[in-house]
Amino acid sequence: MSIDLNAKSPAGPLAQAWEQYKFDLKLVNPANKRKHTVLIVGSGLAGGSAAATLGELGYNVHCFCYQDSPRRAHSIAAQGGINAAKNYPNDGDSVWRLFYDTVKGGDFRSREANVYRLAQVSVNIIDQCVAQGVPFAREYGGLLANRSFGGAQVSRTFYARGQTGQQLLLGAYSALERQIAAGKVTMHARSEMLDLIVIDGQARGIVTRDMVTGKIETWFGDAVVLGTGGYGNVFYLSTNAKGCNVTAAYRAYKRGAAFANPCFTQIHPTCIPVAGDHQSKLTLMSESLRNDGRVWVPKKSGDHRAPGDIPEAERDYFLERKYPSFGNLAPRDISSRSAKEVCDEGRGVGPGGRGVYLDFAEAIGRLGEDTIRERYGNLFEMYERITDENPYKVPMRIYPAVHYTMGGLWVDYNLMGTIAGLFVIGEANFSDHGANRLGASALMQGLADGYFVLPYTIGNYIATHKLAAVDAAHPAARAVVDQVADRIARLLAVKGTRTVDSFHRELGLLLWENCGMARNAEGLQTALARIPELRAEFWRDVKVLGTGEELNQSLEKAGRVADYMEFAELMCRDALAREESCGGHFRTEYQTADGEAKRDDERFSHVAAWEYTGDETPPVRHIEPLEFENIQLATRSYK
Amino acid sequence: MNLTLHVWRQVDAGAPGRLVRYEARDVSPDMSFLEMLDVVNEGLIEKGEDPIAFDHDCREGICGSCGVMINGSAHGPMAGTATCQLHMRSFKDGDKIVIEPWRARAFPVLRDLIVDRSPLDRIIQAGGFVSIATGNAPDAHTILVPKQDAESAMDAAQCIGCGACVAACPNASAMLFTAAKVSHLGLLPQGQPERDRRALGMVTQMDLEGFGGCTNYGECTTACPKEISLETIARMNRDFRVATFRARPESAGAGSS
Repeated sequence: MSIDLNAKSPAGPLAQAWEQYKFDLKLVNPANKRKHTVLIVGSGLAGGSAAATLGELGYNVHCFCYQDSPRRAHSIAAQGGINAAKNYPNDGDSVWRLFYDTVKGGDFRSREANVYRLAQVSVNIIDQCVAQGVPFAREYGGLLANRSFGGAQVSRTFYARGQTGQQLLLGAYSALERQIAAGKVTMHARSEMLDLIVIDGQARGIVTRDMVTGKIETWFGDAVVLGTGGYGNVFYLSTNAKGCNVTAAYRAYKRGAAFANPCFTQIHPTCIPVAGDHQSKLTLMSESLRNDGRVWVPKKSGDHRAPGDIPEAERDYFLERKYPSFGNLAPRDISSRSAKEVCDEGRGVGPGGRGVYLDFAEAIGRLGEDTIRERYGNLFEMYERITDENPYKVPMRIYPAVHYTMGGLWVDYNLMGTIAGLFVIGEANFSDHGANRLGASALMQGLADGYFVLPYTIGNYIATHKLAAVDAAHPAARAVVDQVADRIARLLAVKGTRTVDSFHRELGLLLWENCGMARNAEGLQTALARIPELRAEFWRDVKVLGTGEELNQSLEKAGRVADYMEFAELMCRDALAREESCGGHFRTEYQTADGEAKRDDERFSHVAAWEYTGDETPPVRHIEPLEFENIQLATRSYK
Repeated sequence: MNLTLHVWRQVDAGAPGRLVRYEARDVSPDMSFLEMLDVVNEGLIEKGEDPIAFDHDCREGICGSCGVMINGSAHGPMAGTATCQLHMRSFKDGDKIVIEPWRARAFPVLRDLIVDRSPLDRIIQAGGFVSIATGNAPDAHTILVPKQDAESAMDAAQCIGCGACVAACPNASAMLFTAAKVSHLGLLPQGQPERDRRALGMVTQMDLEGFGGCTNYGECTTACPKEISLETIARMNRDFRVATFRARPESAGAGSS
């Protein structure tokens, strides 16, 4: 089998490309749209906005989410903001600059055409969200307020206190609920997609499990859209919601969709450090805090004095020292790695020495406590609830944690994967952030894909493909259903001795050690040797109680962890094959003399897209070369 | 510390439920309440007993998935805190903790501590939106919103839809939830054109779903993890009354003036 990695990027000048491309796309007649069904999996910023928009356009939409309501998708937890090239502050921003910052921030491993389009539609997103009633922060004159974020020297981030993701998601959710009320979208909550149905080379349906009754069901349509988020929970501990998982994307991979750059994972620099073995997830402290917080550790290793007792001269503000022009707002990958380095040198703070200070004393002195409270009040409260420390009085302690995954299913300019009719949007695809995502760009991408890109490109697909009607009686559908049922039965039949979580923790730790903030060939090979053993142990010894015909949370988790057990291997393979450092992928063998990431543009200026070839045979690595016609490849410097 | 839990166990919506006693040993004060339940569940699975089912997802107090009655209080003893953000340092060694699902006729129990909150989605469907299709929007700066209005709207918009207000209310009313959305949009210029029909639609739907009425106990706002104010309810009542009066001439024959 071969896969086609034609990105279908339009030719010609970037600035006009998307306009022209949209004009060239075929349209579906308004009266005909209702005859076409689109299945959308996921109800976050990408899936929710796509479902609402396609419903408004007149398509017949089915939307699925594993939570009890579409309003709970994990986009809701995004704190800091959403970027847009509005240039309202008149500080020199433009579509071109947002495009440039995003490509550079991604360490030149993303596709120019996609990123440029993202920057272009960013301005429409803000208009749309404001019109929906999203209560963005305002200035006294009634205009929108902006703040700055990592990796940028302009203030282009729009925000709603520290709850921007919540407000944007509730905006998309309200639009979605309006379409549900109008009968254009049928919502299936507490439904988990367990497999993809491909008929004659086209994605035509999905298999779901009703998480209350356990019923296995099939759904069919003209196209399938995955807005199923990232795979950060493969590490067990991450800032993702507990339910976030790779299953939908991984099942699509096993049905023929290429998986791109799985090793590109983002470790966010500002999270609350791990407190103990009971830890079930990690909590992010928004990057926006770095606007006013200063990151430091003691200059001497083993200095256990209270932070207030360490005089100014004995503190190392290491980001300001190493990256004077961006300072505390250096991009995420760089900030995370720097924090790890100082902790590795024994200068970390807090229990276990895995932490650095994020100190607001100077900002409180300059602006007053009230201003800081207004900007970050809810984040400070959250910090205090979790740690029992008051960040107005003592510096926060933070440490990097897995946060976002830039890798994902490969898509072309239409956001379609290597299976015809399978569209992938938001974090679930790989397309826009290269090897490192800039802060406040995930919300932008999710909504860009769902509101402004997919609704055009999916119409073209539907308009140009004549699809025969299919139903559950189709042999291909029946085969997939049988496989899904068989897998559930096998998980329940193991009746071993170890809980699902214990396996998940072990896998997560293995990956964190060997495929986390710093990687090398030796560690990756260790992980690649251990993962298949662990997977075998899982299938031999996992203990899942109950039946498949009831609400069974252990069974849900077991299915997801079984997929992580396979996916983890793909991630490590990808990390091993990419013999360079770029963005969040830092190979210790490939670094400059001063410890910065050393890219190898000669050999690795490409997207690696993996093709599944069977459980017993290794996946095949395909390449989509990245061509930079508008941006000069350069060593990324924030110094 | 060691704790004694009395947890509501119920196999499904049709089955009877009961409180079952569990011992939680070696609980760390740094654990969240849900992490404590995780540890109890790991122990149950090892013993071959069904783990306690509870809704949860983000575990940072924003998705609104989690929520249980803890010793009779929705989300437990700490003000402005969802169950996932409640830490065990709020309890002491030897404490007895009764853990139950939200109790309301409109929220049937699905299993153990999990209830069906889909009525809240249907209330939103009845008008909790601005009717604007994608691509219709004017430039964001053409809509000016006074800072104070944006802040007040945000105070109401913070609602996480967890249902604690319903669970805390002796009448199992969903007034605070509904009022939060009516207030959020009613305070903004974008929400004005549909203000009347929103209030009428959402209140009517709330009644249809079987939620009780509001008799100003104020338990809802005390339990609310986002501390949504009772003012929102006053605002909704006003909008509802105004809308009811304004709706009359239209029903008497639009166009006859």
